[in-house]
Amino acid sequence: MAIVIDKDKCVGCSLCLQNCPFNAITMVDGKAEIGEACTACGTCIDVCPVGAISKEETKKEGVDITQYHGVWVVAEQREGKLQNVAIELLGEGRKLADDLGCELAAVVLGKNVSAIADELGHYGADKVYFADADELEIYTTDAYSKVIYEAVEKYKPEVLLIGATYLGRDLAPALAVRLNTGLTADCTKLEIDKEHMQLMQTRPTFGGNLMATILCPNDRPQMSTVRPGVMAKAEYREDGKAEKIELAATFADGDIRTKVLDVVKAVGETVSLTDAKVIVAGGNGVGGPEGFELLKKLADKLGGTIAASRACVDNGWIDHSYQVGQTGTTVKPALYIACGISGAIQHLAGMQESGQIVAINKNETAPIFEVADYGIVGDLFKVIPAILDELDKRPE
Amino acid sequence: MRIIVCAKQVPDTNDVKIDHKHGTLIRDGVPSILNPDDANGLEAALQIKDEHPDTKVTILTMGPAQAGIMIRECMAMGADEGYILSSRAFAGADTRATSKTLAVGVNHIGGADLIFCGRQAIDGDTAQVGPQLAARLGIPCVTYVQKIEFKDEKTLIVQRQLEDGYQVIEVKLPCLLTAVKELNEPRYMTVKGILDAYDKPLTILDHNDVGMAPEDCGLAASATQVLTSFTPPPKGKGEMLSGTINEMAAYVVKSLTEKHVI
Repeated sequence: MAIVIDKDKCVGCSLCLQNCPFNAITMVDGKAEIGEACTACGTCIDVCPVGAISKEETKKEGVDITQYHGVWVVAEQREGKLQNVAIELLGEGRKLADDLGCELAAVVLGKNVSAIADELGHYGADKVYFADADELEIYTTDAYSKVIYEAVEKYKPEVLLIGATYLGRDLAPALAVRLNTGLTADCTKLEIDKEHMQLMQTRPTFGGNLMATILCPNDRPQMSTVRPGVMAKAEYREDGKAEKIELAATFADGDIRTKVLDVVKAVGETVSLTDAKVIVAGGNGVGGPEGFELLKKLADKLGGTIAASRACVDNGWIDHSYQVGQTGTTVKPALYIACGISGAIQHLAGMQESGQIVAINKNETAPIFEVADYGIVGDLFKVIPAILDELDKRPE
Repeated sequence: MRIIVCAKQVPDTNDVKIDHKHGTLIRDGVPSILNPDDANGLEAALQIKDEHPDTKVTILTMGPAQAGIMIRECMAMGADEGYILSSRAFAGADTRATSKTLAVGVNHIGGADLIFCGRQAIDGDTAQVGPQLAARLGIPCVTYVQKIEFKDEKTLIVQRQLEDGYQVIEVKLPCLLTAVKELNEPRYMTVKGILDAYDKPLTILDHNDVGMAPEDCGLAASATQVLTSFTPPPKGKGEMLSGTINEMAAYVVKSLTEKHVI
């Protein structure tokens, strides 16, 4: 769908030029002209006061999409443990499968994954495709993409969902090229367009400043990576049982071109921001690594964890695994306490779905207050101790 | 050794604000910059060149001719030459079409022993083009690279970032690595570098130059299409508290307790 400008209608007001996120429009002889930086996002269509801009359907040859059926989710395991994002994908995948009137299947790769395959049945998968091999014990791009590629070619699912984890974001693009299909990254909302029975994939883009809904009309499977922590988890059902189908996993010399020599865990506690019920997050206002000690006190008191804005990670005050936001983790705890965080859009994109948001900031014009349920203008080093005192006063 | 660094000129999305009243972006005065993760990729290439001066560092970008300014900046940091893949036929490319054009571009300019991409660009945030380019070129890829060492002339040992640690991975050249900000601290341009930059070769290639038919690139070769885009709706603003710090603290604790949040 290319953007076209009707030169007869264009009045040369240049509103489209000012509003184009990608700076792709120029004025030539008093008329707007679309340049090569255009991503066909359609922002210009909405701002044009005279209706001179439209999208033009581009007909393309794709694959025979009627051959593809079923929703598949790639269930990520690490060290033999099913990752939460897999359960979230099953929750979302179930809705999509019901809307499409098709089966929901999970794919799991690893070594001795039989128990995980059963677990996936309890979480609602109708079928579980699994592969068991020494080469699959630890993730490698080549081994995982080969096995899943062959399975997709054989069973032809119409939708393929992968968690947008550090590994999922490595696997999905390699797989999409082999399958020669489209891939939409980091989706936060998935729906079925019931008229065309196709997947509508919504994702934040442009640093969280813009949301885009994306289609993959002519190619299959429709592939999305999905942000962890966003979709609701599938329920565990004692009587849930899946049909298990083993996938071929044979590798020739040279198939796997990277060798994982070691897997090193970050020192200290591992952070699970997506599971936390309460998050106490610090920004620039925290002032340094020692400032997080006060935040930790409050988080411990509330049974939560600490987190940070990108600024703190960039300053080297805290490890990147604590980062909330567009380039960090998306969180939606019951309570998010933002301390000394100004609230850049990239940060808001990662936390504004939180149940309750308390913002503490010295600057009353900080954008964080726009999303806060409770805004406190003040010095966090005074406000947090006052909150701790109040919490101590509560009856047990 | 020949190293290609894939770079993208992006609007500094940190400076963009939303006009919620009109549902549009305010991008007046938002500068175009070298994508931050790509700067880390370039720095990694330049560090290899520091060690092995016979290394040639080539910048490759797909975009409008104005991206030449970004390439000159890369040259002022130390890159040797630059190519811009620029054509109206490339417009509207999704990551499938972009990676295809870049792969053709890489082959057209003679390939490389090592290719760096940034993990992701701050305008699209997909992190897909790097690994897709590697898949198209048929070379191994390691994403999220935070440390690089040479084991021997043809073998790298790299650290690949995970959410809770990292993997240590051995990979042979030629390969593609995507850089994260933890990899290094990009150097500044030097005065001499800036003076030299304009003497270095910068070539603009369109789809004909690299032998691509218009239907094989841009929107025509894209699998995904943008149906709509919109600015995210703001979450409703709550209460701004007043009073002394102790009063505000008491109020917020009381309110959250009543809502059974704490």
